Amino acid sequence: MMREPHPHPDHLWRNPEPKRSYDVVIVGAGGHGLATAYYLAKNHGITNVAVLERGWLAGGNMARNTTVIRSNYLWDESAAIYEHSLKLWEHLSEELDYDILFSQRGVLALVHNQSGVREAHRRINANRLSGIDAEWLTPAEVKAFCPIVNISPDLRYPVMGGALQRRGGIAKHDYVAWAFARKADQMGVDLIQNCEVTGFELAGDRVVGVRTNRGSIAAGKVALCAAGHSTVLASMAGLDLPIQSHPLQALVSELLEPVLHCVVMSNAVHVYVSQAHKGELVMGSGMDPYNSYAQRGSPHVIEFQLAAACELFPIFSRAHVLRTWAGIVDISPDASPILGLTPIENLLVNCGWGTGGFKATPASGWVYAYTIARGEPHALNAPYTLERFSTGALIDEHGAAGVAH
Amino acid sequence: MLIPCPWCGEREDNEFTYGGPAQVAYPSDPEAADDASWARYVFFRANPKGKLAERWVHSAGCRRWFNVVRDTVTHQITPA
Ligand SMILES: Cc1cc2nc3c(=O)[nH]c(=O)nc-3n(C[C@H](O)[C@H](O)[C@H](O)COP(=O)(O)OP(=O)(O)OC[C@H]3O[C@@H](n4cnc5c(N)ncnc54)[C@H](O)[C@@H]3O)c2cc1C
Ligand SMILES: [Zn+2]
Repeated sequence: MMREPHPHPDHLWRNPEPKRSYDVVIVGAGGHGLATAYYLAKNHGITNVAVLERGWLAGGNMARNTTVIRSNYLWDESAAIYEHSLKLWEHLSEELDYDILFSQRGVLALVHNQSGVREAHRRINANRLSGIDAEWLTPAEVKAFCPIVNISPDLRYPVMGGALQRRGGIAKHDYVAWAFARKADQMGVDLIQNCEVTGFELAGDRVVGVRTNRGSIAAGKVALCAAGHSTVLASMAGLDLPIQSHPLQALVSELLEPVLHCVVMSNAVHVYVSQAHKGELVMGSGMDPYNSYAQRGSPHVIEFQLAAACELFPIFSRAHVLRTWAGIVDISPDASPILGLTPIENLLVNCGWGTGGFKATPASGWVYAYTIARGEPHALNAPYTLERFSTGALIDEHGAAGVAH
Repeated sequence: MLIPCPWCGEREDNEFTYGGPAQVAYPSDPEAADDASWARYVFFRANPKGKLAERWVHSAGCRRWFNVVRDTVTHQITPA
């Protein structure tokens, strides 16, 4: 019988001094950097690895996301990598021996107009062909699945149905990061906080190390995992990336009795919401339109999403907003990640997950570790090259994903 | 965030639509441009942590386009 995973371990990781040299240096201890370190050690036996983090471990977007997990993307390339991720999520608590509170409560994407209905059916069919669970709910079935949704025809944008992925859900983001960190640390990976990469050591076209505020560190390979700061880092190595950094905001209410048992998203009215395990409503919507590194956004973005939330869920109208915040997300031209080798030898890049990379954390780490270890991409990330912007082989998930998270 | 429209003065940012980084030149000899230079023109934009020259249009106002230089960390705007 399977042992129950650890509820909350006392010891998470050491805080070692950086060594002068590693086989692999990962830059950025968000979810993706930590998962990469874990799978490097676990799947490939590479443990002479450091994860360098300018702030504290998982204090970037990993600490700021709204934890929606699903795999019902439109295109084959996306369906393949996100579904691999979902399959990993389904066993992650046991694998990492830490209860990450993964809850497959269902992700329901509402539609409010005819084109939305057609688009949802197209996506449901595409998902099924990819072997991903997807079903269409009529407005009455929406109401039965999530009784607090307002399906009144009097709404300005009445609910015309929804696409449901029952295997989708949420997990506790901090625990996910800590669980990967703890296991990676146990296998010998050095997790080094307060260590900012400020430049690269180059020998011709080859990266041989990084410069940091704690001295230079030699590296066989350097793997960037810096989300919103990816272009800042890549430009230090003379590499341009087609990435723009934007604030993405989210908010929580005070703790409430359980009222919402699934994740509901609406792209047209533009809000998505779930209720976290502790009881707070967690909400988000679209990113702020302008480039920014400020980790704050404009208040009207919050106002719009709250208006949408109160229209769809009248019961929320007397809840209070407790906190709002923003993370800096790395937006790529086709809303798909860039994950793999670069023209600079021994420098690899993993970015462009934008507003939706939390759900990809395990798969991203899995394929990135493979690419680092083997020097060539895994089949799942082979389409996600930097070259696709020249060849035109884009993986255009704009709009295709229903909503961006 | 208040954005200074050169014609209407400072207004809330939700009156404006963002046009992204400015000063993106169309390839001077488009027939001769190869895939890599088209890729640069279409997909690659400046993304500095610091001062960025960018375009805005005052869509809920005078509907005119203009450039500003905004610091992407402080959001402080200086005229272009
Ligand atoms: C408000 C919000 C809501 C979101 N909601 C969802 C959602 O519901 N579902 C979903 O799937 N995704 C969601 N996302 C997206 C998701 O959070 C990101 O795609 C994902 O977290 C990015 O990967 P990461 O965890 O590795 O990034 P991060 O946690 O941002 O990690 C990058 C790390 O790199 C470090 N770093 C940067 N520069 C340097 C340097 N020079 N030296 C050393 N370290 C450096 C940073 O400090 C940071 O810790 C959301 C994001 C935000 C902001
Ligand atoms: Zn104006």
